Amino acid sequence: MRAELINPFLKATVSTFSTMVNTSPTPGKPYVKVEPGLTHDVSGIIGLSGGAKGAVIISFPSGTALTTVSAFIGAPVTKVDADVTDAVGELANIIAGAAKADLSGLNVNISLPSVVVGTNHKVNTPKDIPSVVIPFACTHGDFVVEVCIALTESK
Amino acid sequence: MKILLVDDSNTMRRIQRNTLSGLGFTEVDEAEDGADAVAKVQAGNYELVLMDWNMPNMTGLEALKAIRANPKTVAVPVIMVTSESEKSRILEAVQAGATNYIVKPFTPDVLREKLAALGK
Repeated sequence: MRAELINPFLKATVSTFSTMVNTSPTPGKPYVKVEPGLTHDVSGIIGLSGGAKGAVIISFPSGTALTTVSAFIGAPVTKVDADVTDAVGELANIIAGAAKADLSGLNVNISLPSVVVGTNHKVNTPKDIPSVVIPFACTHGDFVVEVCIALTESK
Repeated sequence: MKILLVDDSNTMRRIQRNTLSGLGFTEVDEAEDGADAVAKVQAGNYELVLMDWNMPNMTGLEALKAIRANPKTVAVPVIMVTSESEKSRILEAVQAGATNYIVKPFTPDVLREKLAALGK
């Protein structure tokens, strides 16, 4: 997979967390997802269409989701409720939007966010589109951003 | 100053409300989508609208155009607050009548600067 399709999401994640979550996440080495993938507790998903297709997914263990969202909204949250799912969806939206600007030559469209909550869930992505997982570590805990992206045939 | 916050995300409305409160602006109402925003702007005397772009039912851009098309609300300042950060999108919003533009992610300082630019 081309690094220029992945790096915008890495940069956007660092920028979003540094600006709005009061922590500067450290990215680990990205790797191509191999099934069975990791399991998660809370995932925010944004679909990609237009010049590129696929999805970007930010996934947390529940403890990291709670500390991250507490910092994001500026108030403590103690359980994964509607406020947390809304906040995780908004984080995914901001990251995808910021990355989209770096992919502006592709005319990528982003969907409204969806959020999956469930202990040890997996998010399946289309088998014909490669997925790269970017692990991050920050003061709130570890999380991953999965970028499943391919250029559409017209590109 | 009476402000209308428009965002389908309760989280973003909460963050912006807290930021505005910290800046001394406490007369703040909320709308959850563009249609809700247009109705509230027409009914109320808002001195500023902070408008998200991507929302269900009616987008922020569509709401902005509706606000500018109504003689009663044509002059209401509208700042777009959105993750749409491509130059072409910013130009589109400005051409539709956006007063200013804030790209997410943003810090409270950015919001403060945009309000100061409006003389608020």
